[in-house]
Amino acid sequence: MADTLVLAVESSCDETAAAVVANGRTVLSNIISSQIALHTLYGGVVPELASRKHIENINPVIEAALREAGVSLAQIDVVAVTNGPGLVGALLVGVAEAKAIAWAAGKPLVGVHHIEGHVCANFLEHPELEPPFLCLIVSGGHTHLAVMKDYGEFEILGRTRDDAAGEALDKVARAVGLGYPGGPKIEKAALSGRPDAIPVPRGKVDDHPYDFSFSGMKSAVLNELNHAAMTGQTLSQADVAASFQQAVIDVLVSHAMRAAQDLGEKRLVLAGGVAANKALRAALEQACRSRGMTLYRPSPVYCTDNAAMIGSAGYYRWKKGRRDRWDLNAVPALQLGE
Amino acid sequence: MKIIGIESAALVASAAVVDGDAVLAEYTLNHKKTHSQTLLPMLDESVRMAEGDLGTVDAIAVSGGPGSFTGLRIGSATAKGLGLALGKPLVHVPTTAAMAYGLYGCRDLICPLMDARRGQVYTGLYTFDGSGRMLTLREPWAGDPEEVLEEIRARGGKAVFLGDGVPVFRGRLEAALGEDALFAPPHVSRQRASAVAALGLVLLREGKTVDAAEERPEYLRVSQAERERSERLRGGAG
Repeated sequence: MADTLVLAVESSCDETAAAVVANGRTVLSNIISSQIALHTLYGGVVPELASRKHIENINPVIEAALREAGVSLAQIDVVAVTNGPGLVGALLVGVAEAKAIAWAAGKPLVGVHHIEGHVCANFLEHPELEPPFLCLIVSGGHTHLAVMKDYGEFEILGRTRDDAAGEALDKVARAVGLGYPGGPKIEKAALSGRPDAIPVPRGKVDDHPYDFSFSGMKSAVLNELNHAAMTGQTLSQADVAASFQQAVIDVLVSHAMRAAQDLGEKRLVLAGGVAANKALRAALEQACRSRGMTLYRPSPVYCTDNAAMIGSAGYYRWKKGRRDRWDLNAVPALQLGE
Repeated sequence: MKIIGIESAALVASAAVVDGDAVLAEYTLNHKKTHSQTLLPMLDESVRMAEGDLGTVDAIAVSGGPGSFTGLRIGSATAKGLGLALGKPLVHVPTTAAMAYGLYGCRDLICPLMDARRGQVYTGLYTFDGSGRMLTLREPWAGDPEEVLEEIRARGGKAVFLGDGVPVFRGRLEAALGEDALFAPPHVSRQRASAVAALGLVLLREGKTVDAAEERPEYLRVSQAERERSERLRGGAG
């Protein structure tokens, strides 16, 4: 059977990305235009500027994806695009562009959930991996423990009640003067800090062992910083970073291991931008190994926002019969499973 | 020559196909700002009902701003996607110029007024010469309605106003200009994709096209974050 080629577009936050993926598994091209340098000037992602950058970058990025894959638009079978969740103005650029391309080229259109894409990033490098499996999704906007029951079908076991893990890392990074992007800055600073230097509670939600709460943990760190400032002490950035990062990792690992044990799961799939954090990967590797479990995780390039993962998710949605109409909209708070 | 027109700069969403000297199809909606959901279905409907063949389209004309930032980007990304997929150039048509072009042949001042919030308008000044050529007397700008009135009084004569800024500022315009203030009738009082396409054809014949990759909206305003940052930097320097 001939390969099914998906052209995928992703613009939900601060990366403009396009990719060509064959059969949901093989990456023929994966182009990412990052806006980090721009947003660094403002200490975080500025939605209006992100949207303006997407407009400037989107055609060259898509053209590069086709060129690098060595295919013409005519050879593409499906056009997939992230239609949520994310920044609405940013999403709209990719959605309008992808719809116009699909319409003009006479190709079917498939909207993709950004987080489903993050999970599917694992299919790009692990050919043997098939659902059902347990997954831990950790990003700037999301913290979910879920079971992918079948392609595109999720059962959510737990989610964060307040901040996402990456969001809490960003806020602590800002408070301690590390700036944007917070996650990578914390990870780097933590390398030279003591993880037990500052007491940070391990957040939990009563009666909901799979749900997360990072807000109280973040507040504890902010209180320590305030207290230190008032008493004329200086806390080391490295110690704050190491202590908070360790606390976040401990919570993520313990929740995931508890779910694995309860469900009798022998595999854990890690996904999302924070999955690129080496300390988190190492802690999960160790926890899985000691329980005879296998950890699946994408390479760092597929952890951050990219379109290849959208191409994989789009392929499986298309295979199950999903077709979107020309009125497909950007949905900033799209729920997993919608 | 056949050209597609895309308009989503303000409350109006509109799609049109213009072939030579006539509009083949046009779909215009002035109802709620859900351009992401309406624009492409409207173009799809227009092309299907006119039994249009996309292969024969020469260019895509897009209303390029000023206007709502998000609205402009929906139109821009749609036009860029069409240009990429069809391998055709785009024509960037200033939104206010396309609005003025609806009043073809008018020798008075033509003054499109788009409500730009914060008490301001997006506007420009146009007229037609004796040979039917549209002249841009002042390029689009974002400003106070008072500034527009001063400019019109300085030039003298009658002025035809149109756009969604008219209902907002009509009282002030009439008070200031009296009988010299005229107001466009409904069929030309708001944005229309057929006007974008028609003026786009003129520009296309003059060779004024833009590569789909290069096209971007003319916002006329920097983002709030950039404005605040430059104010901060100025404050820091002073």
